[in-house]
Amino acid sequence: MSETHEALPEQRRWMGVVQQIGAPVISVIIAIGIGSVIMWVSGYDAGAAFAALFKGSFGSPKAFGDTLLRATPLIFTGLAVAYGFSAGLFNIGAEGQLFMGGLAAAYLGVQLAAQPWYAAVPVLLLGAMAAGAAWAFVPAVLKARIGAHEVITTMMFTYIGKYLVSWLVVGPLKAPGQIPQTVTIGTSAQLPRIQTLFSEATLEALPFLRFGRAHMGIVVAILFAVIMWAILKYTTLGYEARAVGFNPTAAETGGISVSSTIIKALCISGALAGLSGAVEVMGVHYKIFDQFSSGFGFTGIAVALVAKKNPLGVIPAALLFGALSAGSGLMQLEADVPQKIISIIQAVVIFLIAAESVIQWFIKRRQKEALSHAG
Amino acid sequence: MSVLELREITKVFPGVVANDHVSLSLEEGEIIALLGENGAGKTTLMNVVYGLLSCDGGELLVDGRPVKIKSPRHAIDLGIGMVHQHFMLVQPLTVTENIVLGHEPARFGVIDFATARKKVLEISARYGLKVDPDSRIMDLSVGMQQRVEILKALYQGARILILDEPTAVLTPQEVRELFAVVRSLVNEGLSVVFITHKLEEVMAVADRILVMRDGRLVGETRPSDTDTVGLARMMVGRDVVLRVEKAPRACGDTVLEVDGLHVKDDRGLEAVRGVALSVRGGEIVAIAGVDGNGQREIVESIVGLRKPTSGTIRLKGEDITHASARSSIEAGVSHIPEDRHRRGLILEFTIAENLMLGDHRLAPYSTRGLMRPTAVTAMAKRRIVDYDVRTPSERVLASALSGGNQQKVVVAREIGRDPELLVAAQPTRGLDVGAIEFVHRQILKERDSGKAVLLVSLELEEISALADRILVIYEGRIVKEFAAGEADDETLGFYMTGGGGSKLAPETGATGARGEGER
Repeated sequence: MSETHEALPEQRRWMGVVQQIGAPVISVIIAIGIGSVIMWVSGYDAGAAFAALFKGSFGSPKAFGDTLLRATPLIFTGLAVAYGFSAGLFNIGAEGQLFMGGLAAAYLGVQLAAQPWYAAVPVLLLGAMAAGAAWAFVPAVLKARIGAHEVITTMMFTYIGKYLVSWLVVGPLKAPGQIPQTVTIGTSAQLPRIQTLFSEATLEALPFLRFGRAHMGIVVAILFAVIMWAILKYTTLGYEARAVGFNPTAAETGGISVSSTIIKALCISGALAGLSGAVEVMGVHYKIFDQFSSGFGFTGIAVALVAKKNPLGVIPAALLFGALSAGSGLMQLEADVPQKIISIIQAVVIFLIAAESVIQWFIKRRQKEALSHAG
Repeated sequence: MSVLELREITKVFPGVVANDHVSLSLEEGEIIALLGENGAGKTTLMNVVYGLLSCDGGELLVDGRPVKIKSPRHAIDLGIGMVHQHFMLVQPLTVTENIVLGHEPARFGVIDFATARKKVLEISARYGLKVDPDSRIMDLSVGMQQRVEILKALYQGARILILDEPTAVLTPQEVRELFAVVRSLVNEGLSVVFITHKLEEVMAVADRILVMRDGRLVGETRPSDTDTVGLARMMVGRDVVLRVEKAPRACGDTVLEVDGLHVKDDRGLEAVRGVALSVRGGEIVAIAGVDGNGQREIVESIVGLRKPTSGTIRLKGEDITHASARSSIEAGVSHIPEDRHRRGLILEFTIAENLMLGDHRLAPYSTRGLMRPTAVTAMAKRRIVDYDVRTPSERVLASALSGGNQQKVVVAREIGRDPELLVAAQPTRGLDVGAIEFVHRQILKERDSGKAVLLVSLELEEISALADRILVIYEGRIVKEFAAGEADDETLGFYMTGGGGSKLAPETGATGARGEGER
């Protein structure tokens, strides 16, 4: 008897993979349906709106470039939140760590303007990681030592970080001129746009490479997604983080230091969020000012949820949110639908994903019950 | 006429037939025991009767009338009550409030607590179930909480009472009290179904014994017609050694030495008050005691999970008093925790991931922080075979295993590490006879290979089966030491419940009196 029912999870492996991918896709389809109803009720042409949305996000190489551009910081914040989730931590303050990472990149980019790119770029990225990690360090220590909840502390640190940047860009780090922003970073420290890497002849021959404003940050982001996946799967660091995330008591019994694992995990999460700020500075704005992030840290939470804390899943999830944001402009322009509709669709996707995990949990519990009754 | 009759009840879960055409009947004033290993389908069957599960085939008769029980509420209305293995009480509420919950006597929409309290007292007097109606559940012992559950069923008008593994959480004394209660219930005309996998209990309390195996009813007998060996054979389907044979001990050097140990519990109260003990290689030293007398704190200090307030712990002469859990593992201390779900396993991890927990930083499982999946898989496959873990693959999640197999994973990890000292805390809690036999064999194998074993158990049977020396603990002190076979259960029970303390007092005269005064 035991043979038969213990074989079930094994059989469910493939079903599980299908479920993992299928569920978010279905959620997106349902969200589009609900969005259509809302538009129809409000008197908009839903068909035209979604056509424009698609056109604006995937309709041309340039539109796809826009999607990539917006997905880039979201991959990093999505990875940041997902890694925290794996260790049982909710880093809601990725936004603050992002600001600190951006600040570090903006500062170092000016200081290292004379250096060649292969010296400047790694130093800026590492500096941003260090700054993001540092911003997560105090909440991490508070959590590990006295149990202060990271949701509160990282959130509070977000405000400190944002206002610190606001002050620096009008004060000590302000560039000459009227606008409150820093000096532009050196060209060698900038992440080049993808299409500038190809010669004009290549672009003529392969026009789909004209990715517009998309920059090399997307390559760095995908690289980091793979690295994080490997860390979770193939290193003791990731193993200990997952162990603490699932069952801290058993992890402690197995000789894992729960507090140091928490500190490490939250700092790694902060470092990833810091990178998000760095790629925005190095690839898009080339400087920092107080509105340089449109809430990437918070959207990262949604990305991590849709990705179900899987680092590789973060890539498509970030592309989805990137596409929604890239396409919303054209949607407003061509179909006259307010961009807020996009926020509603995003909210519905998140809601359905969250509801789906509730349903999954419920199904699992039922299955577990059935198994425990059966033995 | 039978008060309850099951005809050909069948219940199928995906991939497993939990109940396969089970028929049985229960007479008025009768105690039947439903005996079987974990997973034999006993609880499923009774959950069908209680309306928690619907059956896929068969018929249920209450008082001779066919019924379809749709919910526990419906079952209660038909006079069927069930006390689950895990109590369903609201901790901050009082006994009375819990008992009337769902059936509150009300006047003008206001709960009439005076009437409720009176009725509770009435029932508790009638069946000899003494309990204070005004205590809060969280202040009561487990045995008392169980009484409240029984009272609740009686308050709701139960005539048929189903008790699911009622003794799993009780001390020997509480078990005896429970049996007395059950007998007084049947004297009052109630009928009782007693679910268990413990053979002695069945012999002690049942009128009739029904044995289940793999979802089927495989036998029916009476205590007068059989003995525990016969029952075990029926239950497992093969001959079972209830008491694993033990070679004479060959003691080596002292491995563990604990001296003057004082430890505080989670509430900051002193739980261990000056314990000294030693374990030599090749011997099993058992700590016997009622739950909550400092056993957990002793174990946790030895394995590095709790900091003692004073005293020393030495492993082969090396001071490990302040060692962390990790350095304690690395020093050669293995630990089978009392709660495998909370401490022993990470249920969301695969078997392989669980098997390397604690050794995951060491070669060959990882080098310089990088895992070596091939080495892990090879180790996992080997241990699954060596420790007879029933699973199709090492990639199965621990949560998908049965309790017995989960414990085998813990035992495989802790013993497979080849420790100097094995600390086993209630290593067979909640396991069935087959799995108990296996775990006992493994522990004895450790001892016979010259390793030191410290066993903590609430089961006197387990202690007398395994221990070479028995230390009785009471209120954080070792009150008595026995060699194997020197004391019977009654004597142990006497010291476990503080009997030794009062007995010691007159012998020591004035000091004893002062000791009393200090308390």
